[in-house]
Amino acid sequence: MSYDVAIIGAGPAGMSAAVRLRALGAAVIVIDEQPAPGGQIFRGIERNAASPVFPALGEDYAKGCALVAAFRASGAEYLPSTQVWQIEDGWNLFLTTERKARHITARAVLLANGAQERPVPFPGWTLPNVMTVGAAQILLKSGGMLPEGRIWIAGAGPLPLLYATQLLNLGGRIAGYLDTATTPKLSALARLPGAWREFGNLAKGLRWLRDVRRSGMMIKGFSDLRAEGEERLEHLTWEAAGKRHRVEADVLLVHEGVVPRIHETLALRCEHIWNEEQGYLAPKLDRWGQTSRKDLFVAGDAGGIGGWMAATVSGEIAALGIAGQLGIAANPDDLRQAAHLDQRRARALALRPFLDALYPPPRTRLADDVIACRCEEVTAGAIRSAARNSPADPSAVKAATRCGMGPCQGRQCGYTVQALLAEVHGLPIGDVSFFHIRPPLKPITLGEIASLEHAEGAA
Amino acid sequence: MFKSVLERPGVPPDMMVLVNGVETPAWDGETVASVLLRVPDAGRRSPISGTLRLPYCQMGVCFECLAIVDGIASTQGCLVPVQPGMRIESQRGPREISR
Amino acid sequence: MSTDVLIIGGGLHGLSAALQAARRGVSVQLVERHFVGRHASGATAAGVRTLGRNVAELPLSLEAAESWHHMKALVDDDCGFVACGQLQLAEDGEALAKIAKRIARLEAMGLHHERLVDADDVQSVLPGVSPHCVGGAFVSGDGSADPHRAIRAFRDAAKKAGVTIVEECLVTSLTRSAGHWRAETIRGIFEARLIVNAAGAWADHISVLAGDPLRHAIRTSMMVVTERVAPRIKPVVSSFGRRLSLKQTSQGTLLIGGGSQGKLAADRQSAAVDITALASSVQAAIRVFPELRGVRMVRTWAGMEAMTPDHIPVIGFSQKVEGLIHVFGFSGHGFQLVPSVGRVVADLICEGHTNHNLDAFRASRIAIERVAA
Repeated sequence: MSYDVAIIGAGPAGMSAAVRLRALGAAVIVIDEQPAPGGQIFRGIERNAASPVFPALGEDYAKGCALVAAFRASGAEYLPSTQVWQIEDGWNLFLTTERKARHITARAVLLANGAQERPVPFPGWTLPNVMTVGAAQILLKSGGMLPEGRIWIAGAGPLPLLYATQLLNLGGRIAGYLDTATTPKLSALARLPGAWREFGNLAKGLRWLRDVRRSGMMIKGFSDLRAEGEERLEHLTWEAAGKRHRVEADVLLVHEGVVPRIHETLALRCEHIWNEEQGYLAPKLDRWGQTSRKDLFVAGDAGGIGGWMAATVSGEIAALGIAGQLGIAANPDDLRQAAHLDQRRARALALRPFLDALYPPPRTRLADDVIACRCEEVTAGAIRSAARNSPADPSAVKAATRCGMGPCQGRQCGYTVQALLAEVHGLPIGDVSFFHIRPPLKPITLGEIASLEHAEGAA
Repeated sequence: MFKSVLERPGVPPDMMVLVNGVETPAWDGETVASVLLRVPDAGRRSPISGTLRLPYCQMGVCFECLAIVDGIASTQGCLVPVQPGMRIESQRGPREISR
Repeated sequence: MSTDVLIIGGGLHGLSAALQAARRGVSVQLVERHFVGRHASGATAAGVRTLGRNVAELPLSLEAAESWHHMKALVDDDCGFVACGQLQLAEDGEALAKIAKRIARLEAMGLHHERLVDADDVQSVLPGVSPHCVGGAFVSGDGSADPHRAIRAFRDAAKKAGVTIVEECLVTSLTRSAGHWRAETIRGIFEARLIVNAAGAWADHISVLAGDPLRHAIRTSMMVVTERVAPRIKPVVSSFGRRLSLKQTSQGTLLIGGGSQGKLAADRQSAAVDITALASSVQAAIRVFPELRGVRMVRTWAGMEAMTPDHIPVIGFSQKVEGLIHVFGFSGHGFQLVPSVGRVVADLICEGHTNHNLDAFRASRIAIERVAA
């Protein structure tokens, strides 16, 4: 099958781009891993609309209903529960749905595949019942799952506070909150004026904090957090005021911000830019969201973290850029102005500089015995020793240690390897490259790839 | 460790699934990875050290939720919604070739 | 810095020559444009195979086979070598007849390493193999190794023997005067009496810089590696006349290759995987071992290596330029030859000659007759 545009991801960016492109008359296919549209932010929104969970998820979540409805009505072809596992020039996309592989072509590709939580290794992070805050929130949106027992949250950023509020709204309890955020720096406060325009959001954040303080323990100014237990999490320990503290814990939820999903753009050899403040790589984009490669666009958090509102706008902008380039719309600039997209994006991003400065990624030295690669169980010490024996190239460390060779394909250890190489070689982190990403983008079965030659449209 | 807010005394679950042969209640919209968190010791065991692992990210990037679902090994549990009667088995250590 | 020899290329052949020459007391520097083992040596399936070798390569291959069984003596590590056997399947009677003919020819030469096997033998060596496989050839002393472990072992042994290894060191020019080479690199000037061109896919480029322009193609053989699975496949498996190699590594992952070619970039500096072409290798693997169908592939890659028209390497002194030794063009099957070819190159470096007849490997086979002005 052949399309004008293949959009990967049915979150805010992908959905709004699809709606725009369809309105302009483009043939659009939207491919998404999840069984229903919404992305992670609006996950399960259609199903949850009638659920008791819905009010607890907050006002922002409810705002997704209209977008999902517009997407459903847009006439874009929609492939849920589908993984894109290879993208080749041209563009040829290889997909798998329900264990059947197939191949489609598109004149342009829009990657709107969002973000993932920043992997932050610490002692005990592989223990059962240690998971991310985002994971817990997804569980809440997916089947109304609430954690039970002594729930601890460790991290920083808006998401833990939001999740904690949602949890409390549903009658859940939190045993304690380990706040890893450092005291706001002058640099953060200097950016506040821009944020005042979004005073509503800021006030909400403060309300979350107050709620959390009331609910349980708020711990600040600690170091060396460890999750410990025999076969599963049993207790947490940390260092504060020269003393080791220890509490019983049944669930630990961690979160240190989110980073763009870059496997696709890295695999396609797009140029990337290192965001020093937030410690992530993002594809270099022009004002329409086009990458360094023609007809390959990125919108939403995959192009740099901006949140769902900015993602929605960037999806529209990319849609216009694609339509202009493919000759589907003659006047993309006029359409951009008419819809006030730049103003809307600026508003959506107003609080971002403040948040970015307030919540820098943790840069504490990783102890040698901490597992960096969850799949292959490679420790920071093993990576350091390989790094000392090679140039500052992640491929060399990968070959020497198997770090990044497991099923997650480096999604959990890539930034750690980069940081350790920088540390060993005395380089700025941004000067060290990420893993070389090789196909497939997701681990498909041999049977799926073998079936390809017979698949419709395969060469 | 996790419990659905939809669970009410006297109200039957949306469906039953089999986890390692045991009938287990499940709710519409949840995934295999969610069920793994509610059944004791249903996690995978690392093919390297054999240690127990449970789902970590729930969004398709950590691969800690790999399980055998309806006979298909190394299925990413967080991407598969539960279905009535679904058979979920723990993947302990390296999988066999033939399943 | 000036040494007896400068080796260009930090693949296994460069490292092996460097190690064995340094052990004999010559001073050796090795420069590598990326990091050691970056290309073919790191991309190989690491089959240790005498089975089905070109007859010209057999003396070197049989010597190497001995070395693999005593690898610890050479590099203080077994490089993950396991003598798990190499099995070449015959998927039909015609293939089996050709294998039988090859083995008869070897026997006539007094070489008895290959054994003709029937369908039952195949089933016992590889339970689960598709019943359409009617037999094949088996070499029990062959096997496979761990390429990354081999790279580390050869690198560490070479360093210990006194070799200076400089990585991320691209050579930009080579000039020779008064019996001495001067190599300009992005990391400074290197001087040496002899140069060894072990630059793999870039050997043609080095040959031009050195004034002995040679031409070779670049192979971009693709490999698939799967998730770890419980131990099941013991020998390294290939299929006569088909693009297939299949093995299970000591980690439990399966490696599937066999020569399906990726896409070489126009500048010949990189290669990308071609999924449709790769599908045929995977089909070939599933055809001989149907249970593989449900196993997940985690990673694929396309390695880059120099390939000659006759698929055998270039080994020996340049016939055109003094003080230049070529060792490249292994065309996708050089891994097993690493210990013996390194020994031979060390002979050339230290003695100026070797006991092996290198006629079949002479560089003039691939010389560019007329160099563009």
